[in-house]
Amino acid sequence: MSTTPSTTPADARIHDIGYRSYEGERLGAMYARRSLLVHSLRGAFGLGRSARAKVLPFGLFAIMCMPAVVMVAVAVTTGLDELPIEYSGYTMFMQPIIGLYIALAAPQMVSLDLRFKTIPLYFSRPIDRSDYVSAKAAALASALFVFSAIPLVIAYAGGLLAELGFTDQTTAFLRGLVVTAIFCVVHAAVALLVASLTPRRGFGVAAIISVLTIPYFAATAIMAVADEQGSTDAVGWLALFSPGTLVEGIEARFFGGEVEFPGEVMPSAAAGAAYLVAAAALTALCYVLLTRRYRKAGL
Amino acid sequence: MPGVSVIETESLTKRYPKVTALDRLTVDIGPGVTGLVGANGAGKSTLIKILLGLAPATEGTARVLGKDSATEGGAIRERVGYMPEHDCLPPDVSATEFVVHMARMSGLPRTAARERTADTLRHVGLYEERYRPMGGYSTGMKQRVKLAQALVHDPRLVLLDEPTNGLDPAGRDEMLGLIRRIHTDFGISVLVTSHLLGELERTSDHIVVVDGGRLLRSQTTASFTEATASLAIEVTDSDAHPDGTGALTAALADRGFAVTAGAGHLVHVEAADEAVYDAVRDAIADLGLGLIRMEQRRHRIAEVFQDAPDAPRAQDTPHALAGQEAAT
Ligand SMILES: Nc1ncnc2c1ncn2[C@@H]1O[C@H](COP(=O)(O)OP(=O)(O)O)[C@@H](O)[C@H]1O
Ligand SMILES: [Mg+2]
Repeated sequence: MSTTPSTTPADARIHDIGYRSYEGERLGAMYARRSLLVHSLRGAFGLGRSARAKVLPFGLFAIMCMPAVVMVAVAVTTGLDELPIEYSGYTMFMQPIIGLYIALAAPQMVSLDLRFKTIPLYFSRPIDRSDYVSAKAAALASALFVFSAIPLVIAYAGGLLAELGFTDQTTAFLRGLVVTAIFCVVHAAVALLVASLTPRRGFGVAAIISVLTIPYFAATAIMAVADEQGSTDAVGWLALFSPGTLVEGIEARFFGGEVEFPGEVMPSAAAGAAYLVAAAALTALCYVLLTRRYRKAGL
Repeated sequence: MPGVSVIETESLTKRYPKVTALDRLTVDIGPGVTGLVGANGAGKSTLIKILLGLAPATEGTARVLGKDSATEGGAIRERVGYMPEHDCLPPDVSATEFVVHMARMSGLPRTAARERTADTLRHVGLYEERYRPMGGYSTGMKQRVKLAQALVHDPRLVLLDEPTNGLDPAGRDEMLGLIRRIHTDFGISVLVTSHLLGELERTSDHIVVVDGGRLLRSQTTASFTEATASLAIEVTDSDAHPDGTGALTAALADRGFAVTAGAGHLVHVEAADEAVYDAVRDAIADLGLGLIRMEQRRHRIAEVFQDAPDAPRAQDTPHALAGQEAAT
C-alpha cells in the first residue's frame, strides 16, 4: 500500500489526510525516456485513449493483415509450394496502407504535445530535448514495425504450417524483417519531422501523405521515362529521390527482392551502396532537424 | 547565509536581441513562500526558465537548491516542480492518467506514481472529476491539475508562474490558500509569481519585486508592512471643536507625529513606537473629544509602492491598480 515503507511513519494511515513525503526511488532521465517511449507507442495504437482513438489504427491494422491471412489460407488449403508474395515484398506491396498509418500515428505522437503546450511540462523534468526526440522517434519506428511485421509473422506461421520448408521460409522471413525495419526507421524519421512542424493534426496528416506519395510517384514516373528512353542505368539512380523507392532499391539489391522499378533491371552495385548511404543520411538529417526544432519549442 | 538558500542569483542577466529581460539580478531566497512580483514583461518567466536550466543566462549565475542552473539542470529539475502560466493540459485524457504520466516523467516508479497521483489530486481538491477528460474542466480545476503535476514527485521547491491567472476572486483565494499550505503542511518551498501587487502579501513570507528585469525590492513581507504600520483613529466632534478630526490632526502634528488624513473622518498616525498611543490618548483627552475607534493599520504592499518614487508601473497597469483598490 505504501510506497515508502521504510520511512513512512507507522501512523501514516491513521492521519491519512496529511501530506506524505516521498522518500522512494527517483529513477532519472533514462527511465523517464523509456516511459515516454512506451507511453507514445501505446498512444500510436490508441491504447490508453478513448475507444474512438482505437478505431483507425486497428482498422488499418486489420487491412494490413488481411492479405497475409488470405495467403496463408490459400497456401494451407491448396498446397502451394511457395507463398504468392515474398516476405520483404509484402512490406513494399503494402506501402500505401503503412503510409496511411504513418500519416495517422506521427501527428498523434508529436502534434498534440505542441498543440496543447504540454512540451514545457516534459522539459521541466529530468529529460532534455534530445531524450524527448529520441523517445518519440523510437516509439514511432517501433509502432510502424509492430504494424508491419505482425503480418509477416502471420505469413511465416502459415508458411510453416503449410510445410513450405523451414530453412527457406526462415531466411526469407528474417530478410523481410530487416527490410521492414529499415523501412520503418527511415519513414519514422521523415514523418516525425514533418509532423513536428505543425501543431495541427489535420495539416500533419495531409503533409505526411504528400511527402510520402508525391516524391514516390514523381520518382517512379521519371524512372519510367528514363526506361522508355533506354537509359536503364539512370533508373536505378533515380530511386534515390524518394524514401519509398530508396527502400525498394535496398530490398531488391541486398535482400533478394524482385526489382519492381520500371524495366525491372537490377540496380548497379554503386547505386545499391548509394541507397544505403542515402537512407542513413536521410534518417540522420531528419533527426538533427527534429532536435533543432525542439530547441526552439522550449517553455 | 550560504546553505539555507533555496534560490540564489548573482548578477543574473538575460538579453534577447531586442530586450534585456533580466538585468544584473541578484537575489537570495530562503525556504518558505516567496512572491515574485512585477508587471507583465518584467522578466518573471524568464527567471524561472533560467532557474530550471532551460535557457542559458547571458551573464551571471543562478543556483537552485545549491546546484548550478547552467550545468546541473537535470539534477535541479528532478527535485523542483514547475507550473507554467499558460494552458498545458491535453483535453482528451483524465487528470489521473495525465498526472501519473507526469510523475513517471519525473522518475517515479509505476506504483509510486499511481499512489502519489491519488494523494496529490486529493490534496489540491480534485475528487470524482479526476477520472473525466480534462477538456471539460473549469479554469479552477485545470489550475489544480497543473499544480498537482508540479507537486506529484514531492519536490523540494515549486516554481508557480502566475497560478491565479484567469481565476475569479473566490478561486483566487482558494489557490492562494493552497499555495500557503504547500509550505506550511507539505514543507515545500514556493516561488510564486504575480503581476498583481497586492495579491501575494498574505501568502508570502518574502516578496521580491522586479521591474524591467531589475530588482526593485527584496524583503520579508512583515518588514514591508510593519515598517509603515500606523494607527487609524476616528473621533467625535464637540462644541469646543466642531471639527474634531481637524483638531486632533493639528494636536498630534504639534506633538511631532506624522499625521495624514485617511478616508472619511479617519486620522492616520505613523506608529513608529509605543509612545504614539499615549500621545493619542493625551491629545484626545486634552481636546475633550470622544474616541470612536482606534485600530492598528498595516499598509498594503500596493500602497507602499505607490509611495515609492521608483514604483513598478502601478500607475499604468490596470491589473495592478485593481489589486491596489481591492486592498484599500
Ligand atoms: N524567447 C524570447 N525571445 C525574445 N524576447 C523574449 C523571449 N522571452 C521573453 N522575452 C521578452 O523578455 C521580457 C520578459 O519576459 P517575461 O520573462 O516573459 O516577463 P513576465 O513573465 O514577467 O511577464 C519581455 O519583454 C519579453 O517580451
Ligand atoms: Mg510571465
